[in-house]
Amino acid sequence: MKSKKLKALAVLAVVGPLALAGCSQQAKSPEGGGGEGGKTQMTMWTHSAGNEGEMKVIAQMIEDFNGSQENYEVVCQDFPQAAYNDSVQGAAASGDLPCILDVDGPIMPNWAWNGWLVPSGLTDADVENFLPSTVGRYDGQIYSVGYWDATTLIFTRSSILEKVGARVPTVEQPWTAEEFADIQKKLKDTGDYEYVIDWGPGWADEWWPYAYAPLMQSFGGDLIDRNTFESADGVLNGAESVKFAEWFQAQFADGYAPKSNAQDRTEFKEGKVALQYNGVWALSENSEVYDDLLMIPAPDFGAGSKAGVGSWQYSLTNSCSDAQKTGALEYLKFTMDDKYIAQFSDVTSLIPATTTAWEQTEKGFFGPDKPAQIAATITEANGLVRPPTPAYPVISRIFDKALRDIVNGSDPKGTLDQAVSEVDTDVKSAGYNK
Amino acid sequence: MSATTEEKTSKKVWLSYIPLVLLALTFILPLLFMLFSSLKPKDQILSDLTTFRAFLPVGDLSLDNYVGVFNRVPVARFFLNSIIVTTTIVVLGLVVNSMAGFAIARLNFRGKKILLGAIIATLIVPFETFAIPMVYLISKLPRIGFYPDGVALDWGWNNSFEVLIIPFIANAFSIFLFTQYYSSIPKELDEAARVDGAGWFKIYWKVVSPLAMPAFATSAILTFLPQWNSYLWPLLVIQQEELRPVQVGLRYFFASGTAEGTPWGQIMAYTSLITIPVIIVFLMFQRAFISSIASSGVKG
Amino acid sequence: MSSSVASAHKSASKSVKQERRAGYLFVLPAAILMIAFIAVPVFMSFGLGFTNARLGSARPAEFVAFDQFVRALTADPTFWAALRNIMIFVFLVVPIQGGLGLVLALLVNQKLRGITAFRVMFFMPVVTSMVVVSMLWKFMYQKDGLINALFGFNVDWLNEPATALPAVVVMSIWQGVGFHMIIWLSGLQTINHDLYEASSLDGANKWEQFKNVTLPGLKPTFVFVLITITIAAFSLFVQIDVMTQGGPSNATTTLVYHIIQMGSARGDVGYASALSLIFFIIVLAFALIQRALTKED
Repeated sequence: MKSKKLKALAVLAVVGPLALAGCSQQAKSPEGGGGEGGKTQMTMWTHSAGNEGEMKVIAQMIEDFNGSQENYEVVCQDFPQAAYNDSVQGAAASGDLPCILDVDGPIMPNWAWNGWLVPSGLTDADVENFLPSTVGRYDGQIYSVGYWDATTLIFTRSSILEKVGARVPTVEQPWTAEEFADIQKKLKDTGDYEYVIDWGPGWADEWWPYAYAPLMQSFGGDLIDRNTFESADGVLNGAESVKFAEWFQAQFADGYAPKSNAQDRTEFKEGKVALQYNGVWALSENSEVYDDLLMIPAPDFGAGSKAGVGSWQYSLTNSCSDAQKTGALEYLKFTMDDKYIAQFSDVTSLIPATTTAWEQTEKGFFGPDKPAQIAATITEANGLVRPPTPAYPVISRIFDKALRDIVNGSDPKGTLDQAVSEVDTDVKSAGYNK
Repeated sequence: MSATTEEKTSKKVWLSYIPLVLLALTFILPLLFMLFSSLKPKDQILSDLTTFRAFLPVGDLSLDNYVGVFNRVPVARFFLNSIIVTTTIVVLGLVVNSMAGFAIARLNFRGKKILLGAIIATLIVPFETFAIPMVYLISKLPRIGFYPDGVALDWGWNNSFEVLIIPFIANAFSIFLFTQYYSSIPKELDEAARVDGAGWFKIYWKVVSPLAMPAFATSAILTFLPQWNSYLWPLLVIQQEELRPVQVGLRYFFASGTAEGTPWGQIMAYTSLITIPVIIVFLMFQRAFISSIASSGVKG
Repeated sequence: MSSSVASAHKSASKSVKQERRAGYLFVLPAAILMIAFIAVPVFMSFGLGFTNARLGSARPAEFVAFDQFVRALTADPTFWAALRNIMIFVFLVVPIQGGLGLVLALLVNQKLRGITAFRVMFFMPVVTSMVVVSMLWKFMYQKDGLINALFGFNVDWLNEPATALPAVVVMSIWQGVGFHMIIWLSGLQTINHDLYEASSLDGANKWEQFKNVTLPGLKPTFVFVLITITIAAFSLFVQIDVMTQGGPSNATTTLVYHIIQMGSARGDVGYASALSLIFFIIVLAFALIQRALTKED
């Protein structure tokens, strides 16, 4: 009985993996080893496991690269995103990083400072066409490059704005703070919606810093002093940041926005909210529901409209031997081709990293007069990367917690003061900038 | 007369079932939710969530989610890994931990009390707090590697079954459990066996342990469970997909940035699948609780 | 005379030696494994509490003596919130879950038809993946969720500082009680059935049997459950990680969650290690007090 079960399992174990679109079918040997026929092998890690679209493009890129030349072979290992950073930490602790590593843009300076990443060898000429937020720089060098970017903006419908007589804001002329407050009040007064705007508080991980710090920056505040990256005092708890915190707290306290979300943020699609603050990736699902869908930039609260940018990028690690470094650089350059960038955009509906890739996309989101083009414009005009400092991961957690407490009613100034104290303690104890 | 006594007894029996049924309903809810949701399309799961329908098999039922699961994740591979690792840990653990518990409960040797205290003290420290030093430690351990072109001495236990198994064989919880049970079995049995010339191992294996079956069963179930659900450690030390256990597979379904959102139906299908082995183990071992061998030992 | 005494002594001491050697040999495998894989990493971890080590940093860690400990006790309001929360949690969960576990064990120990099915069902919350269970309860606790619909409340359970921790308590007890039911159950099964027979022959009723046979027979199990449930309660982490992330406003953060936040999320390994050491001392003190109070004379 038992042996029958085992046999059945064994058969499944063989058949199962073959049905996958993942990248793990390739033969493996320990890092630094030779591949078949004397090819130098490099292992690459990606966070895209479970995301079929991304994995297909990655598998294609690798296959094309391996087939295009005789010297190098890339072998990839995919991880689920929720588990990715932990796995990298574990590998770093045991000295087992792969040669090519997927890294989330804002974290890159931290990993570079840890010594895990090495400069990629890319030059300014190589990344000429790339959106600045897709190129990761640290210490004056290019460490990483990405195939796409994502930005935040507001979704609504033209019929909704028409009903309250609001003008459609543009990137050049976004709503001002007063306009926005006025529109919010009018929308609330119609009584058509449960809430005026869904800011997306139900999402966790990096969403709060990614999405809400730009709002704070639009008020004129920021997370840390970007000149020295030594202290957050006067910046995170400065007058502008406090004003932002008070405004954000009021959004929830005054009933304009819900404090929690339904699963998968369906409120906007179900017509329960008038405005949805989301990332450009939501274009696909929102456009399926509404044909008068509008995408508009966030309001300008005084210092200009700002948008969250910076997404996943690829870099090289300290595990690469010299031969592997050369090969990895070739791989990066080979794949920085508009063809692949366009494919990624099609499967993710994110912004292609190069403007030249627009015409190669098939979904028709990007390009002049195409619906998502405004996202690309927003990224270029309003995109402010999260502070490129090794302190960022800590700043992100501290800001996340502080803002959540503020939304739950704690005193804005006091909470931000406490956050500043924690950030400064961390920066001092770590000595990032020494 | 006898009719009313029978009536009374059967009425009492029915009454005994009432609290059982009520409690059972509250406890079984998650399994029902999981199981039935795995058969529903995602939109229906979400809309059923706020009512009782979440716990009922109604609506648009199908096996689509299960098909999706097998396409997305190498389920069979993960299953095999988890079964191998968990079973080995449990089996070896039963031997190692029961021996230790036996010694502490019934043998006299110096340092016994301190040893037990130290073992209990290790229960206090949650695994997550020393996981990273442990990763560093196992990367420095020597290991015999089997490669296609021969055997070699290698460093680092990552990406192996050993690293998932060996650190978890000795288990303070189990040792403590065995200690408590072994100490409740009369010591006369040992003395009698010693008089008959039996060695300590025989006493442990043949005389006393058969009387502690409930302890073995409990230990088996209660070590199988956390090991089956082990998540953080494999993440830190296993990078190759072929060696991943089932819990890591669960995370594949939470990839963000996909247009379809979180595939709740598939998640429910997957978790239903990985819950089954635990239920099987539980059923297998809980029968050992019914043994009434305890009395036969003293009479004999 | 003296030679027989002498030889009696000799065989007595030989058997004592045998016993001692058997003792060491029996615990040897477990001892080696635990020293290598628990003691060593734990001491490494505690040692880091005296440094300013950062996760993965290329910079070597420096010795900072008690700085991190002082920081925990004086400059960290989250630490005190976590301590307060976990004490409340422990004082609620230990008696309730421990007691309820015993009640359930007694219920499923009855000789009724199909009692096995009930045993399985009571155990279900323990068996189901903690991630799924936490998410299910998160849905149920929503303002428009099942709990409110069922009992007629209108509370956003997990988002109000006053109700968040009690909500977690209820959910945790529900999830964990099956685990301790199993332990109580095997304790009940090892009580000698002859004692029950003798007791009922003496004319004792069910309640007296319970008091005079069951309870004393359960003493070792009681000690075991008490200590393990206390330690497990102090380690509260997974539910917090999935359901509330320590919020709202530190209403549900726990010592272990705080440690993981500092060590893993923030990479401040030195500080997290200091917190771990403090945590260890607190729980150890608690366990020792419990042990002293329940010591057998």
